[in-house]
Amino acid sequence: MDTSNTQQVLVAIGTRKGLFLATGSGVDWEVTGPHHAMTDVYAVAIDTRRATPRLLVGITSEHWGPSVAVSDDLGRTWTEPDHAPVAFPTDTGAALARVWQLAPGPVDEPDVVYAGVEPSALFRSEDGGLTYEFVRGLWDHPHREHWMPGFGGQAVHSVLPHPREAGRVTVAMSTGGVYVTEDGGRSFGASNQGISAYFMPDPYPEFGQCVHKIAQHPDRPERFFAQNHHGVYRSDDGARTWQSIADGLPSDFGFPMVVHPHKPDTIYTFPLVADAMRFPPDGRCRVYRSDDAGATWRALTEGLPSEGYWSAVMRDALCVDNAQTAGVYFGTRCGEVYASRDEGEHWTRVAAHLPDVFSVRAAVI
Amino acid sequence: MPVTVVLPAALHPRAGGRTTLEVDIPAPTTLNDILDVIAARYPDLSRRIRDETGALRRHVNFFIDGEESRRLGGGDAPITPDTRIELIPSVAGG
Repeated sequence: MDTSNTQQVLVAIGTRKGLFLATGSGVDWEVTGPHHAMTDVYAVAIDTRRATPRLLVGITSEHWGPSVAVSDDLGRTWTEPDHAPVAFPTDTGAALARVWQLAPGPVDEPDVVYAGVEPSALFRSEDGGLTYEFVRGLWDHPHREHWMPGFGGQAVHSVLPHPREAGRVTVAMSTGGVYVTEDGGRSFGASNQGISAYFMPDPYPEFGQCVHKIAQHPDRPERFFAQNHHGVYRSDDGARTWQSIADGLPSDFGFPMVVHPHKPDTIYTFPLVADAMRFPPDGRCRVYRSDDAGATWRALTEGLPSEGYWSAVMRDALCVDNAQTAGVYFGTRCGEVYASRDEGEHWTRVAAHLPDVFSVRAAVI
Repeated sequence: MPVTVVLPAALHPRAGGRTTLEVDIPAPTTLNDILDVIAARYPDLSRRIRDETGALRRHVNFFIDGEESRRLGGGDAPITPDTRIELIPSVAGG
């Protein structure tokens, strides 16, 4: 294990039964929790635009419903507003089921945070993620009545604000696919050309794809990467068209897709065998990395279980931190969390025996 | 006589530490009307028991003088003075 990267990191781990927080530098980790016990935590964000990073979590209690909580002291205390922070307007007739994604906005809009939710909709906060306003343009899209729930529900799970162009936001949902607004959410256009929807009569429809996750690097914002429900893709034209980059992977099925924080051509994913076989290929726990934007792939295995591993990594359970030498982290449905402080070359276990992991985010503190 | 609403322990902090609430009603009304009054006083409590459409949360039971409200009309269940409403989380999860 490369221990030269000694910066302290906070790893926020959202699980089926609460949030766990791990702090350490790569070898020994102190884990606290469960915070927000007995809530499922699909969405975690660490907003590093503040002097002390703000933690945001989307929590859902089976009894008491969904909410968003924030912490400005790295998880020691949490606040929630009296009124629901994310709520559908009365005229929609809809009710929030769950927050799937919390995405801090660009650096020059330090109080903007987006929330992608179930049922598929987008909300925007201008107070740092405490309260959110409904983005009506996506809800009013004529395609909406044709979007269908995937196995996990019908939700906007990816939200990528453009780092420089105010008003340009790219979202992805399952099912539905990729949609882009260029006017601050007043209107959205489907952006799925080249992405397969093999489960539809037309395998390349305008919309309806089951995109599992999209990623974008702020230094090269016209380029996107996507992990699809079978299919791994790259777009070099602002998500207008997509090309397969699945060659070299053991499977084109999986959930997460992550871009290195400083290298726009370096990406990570965690392949599973297939839709009907959601296991790591050969029972081997392997993260795959490409350093050339998907042209070639390499399995990252040092320190990870080499056999008998049958647990999956969900769409938000793989992430990178913001360290100069990037850390990479993932959690699995069997409640394990692994970390690499050297871009994926070597791994150590952060935690085990947690509830199944839905979301992981990490940042230098 | 007021309607008495008994809260489960998990919701006491959402009601300023109160274990029960009392709502005065001049005439027979509905469960939703009672919950509207509570919402005005304790919005943080209200959103835990009803969603933004006003629907009762699925895994919260509202017993009206011992009878679960969904057998009495749900949010439209009739409430008369002196009624005792007990909020009890249902058995759910794993």
